[in-house]
Amino acid sequence: MADTAVAHEGHTSSTGISNVKLGMWLFLGSECLLFGGLISTYMLYRGRVSNGPTPEQVYDIPFTSVSSFVLLMSSLTMVLAVSAAAKKDDRGTNLWLVVTALLGATFVGGQVYEFTAFYNEGLGFTTSLFGSSFYTLTGFHGVHVTVGIIMLMALVAINKRSRVPGSKAETVEMIGLYWHFVDIVWIIIFTLVYLIPV
Amino acid sequence: MTMHTTEHTAASHGDSAHGGAEHAEHGMSTRGYINIALILAAITALEVSTYYVDFGPLFLPALLIMMVVKFFMVVSYFMHLKFDNKLFSWMFYAGLFLAVGVYVAALGTFHFFLR
Repeated sequence: MADTAVAHEGHTSSTGISNVKLGMWLFLGSECLLFGGLISTYMLYRGRVSNGPTPEQVYDIPFTSVSSFVLLMSSLTMVLAVSAAAKKDDRGTNLWLVVTALLGATFVGGQVYEFTAFYNEGLGFTTSLFGSSFYTLTGFHGVHVTVGIIMLMALVAINKRSRVPGSKAETVEMIGLYWHFVDIVWIIIFTLVYLIPV
Repeated sequence: MTMHTTEHTAASHGDSAHGGAEHAEHGMSTRGYINIALILAAITALEVSTYYVDFGPLFLPALLIMMVVKFFMVVSYFMHLKFDNKLFSWMFYAGLFLAVGVYVAALGTFHFFLR
């Protein structure tokens, strides 16, 4: 086993793979259960509208489609950042990380606009079961995107000072995995919540 | 379509020692990633078109298939799961399929699929 042990920036692993990466995948697997619960709760309650507007009355599909496209393209810029980090291209890494953060911020801005528009149309958090489950699901996702943006910008700041602990390429890759996960959750939300009518 | 795969490190398969400085690129080339992004964009456009065009009985299955294809394309290529150690796949898919199983059963108990 000693032959296959990996010396990964001081961390040894008897499995021969990075413990950090294994931990991240385990975390993402557990996140599936969190979002699975939120999505199925929404699916159950989306038709429960005793007060306030129905999903069809508030959803703006063209606007959400553009937001979805922006988030999808942020996955491309994130993978380009990971690729640049693997090539030890610090300038390219920082550039693509900032572009990814900007695209993420555009998505979150769109979500804030959408929530404001829905609220003005009479859909509050406690208006109906549809409203509660919708805001909880998409709000949780928005918080995940916001956390991702903070991580991206923090990484850029640390990278500029050359103070990234451990393997820089692996650190960028871990944040990349989190960011892509947020994207795949939105792929499901966009279809199940917005495109499939009640 | 050519995916332009590149050499990936032996370390990503867990069969060799490596340090952070040797953490080389694995998976695909830049052109390959752009190709994947273009395919994802095209599928998204198709998804959105179902809102405007009547696909009849194909509407729901088509949307679900496109969603699953997009999901696995991002996981396989952008998250490199296709090229990485199988243990990572086990970790992620265990959580994913457990979630799908648990919540499909939960929705079933509420007669969600009979509506």
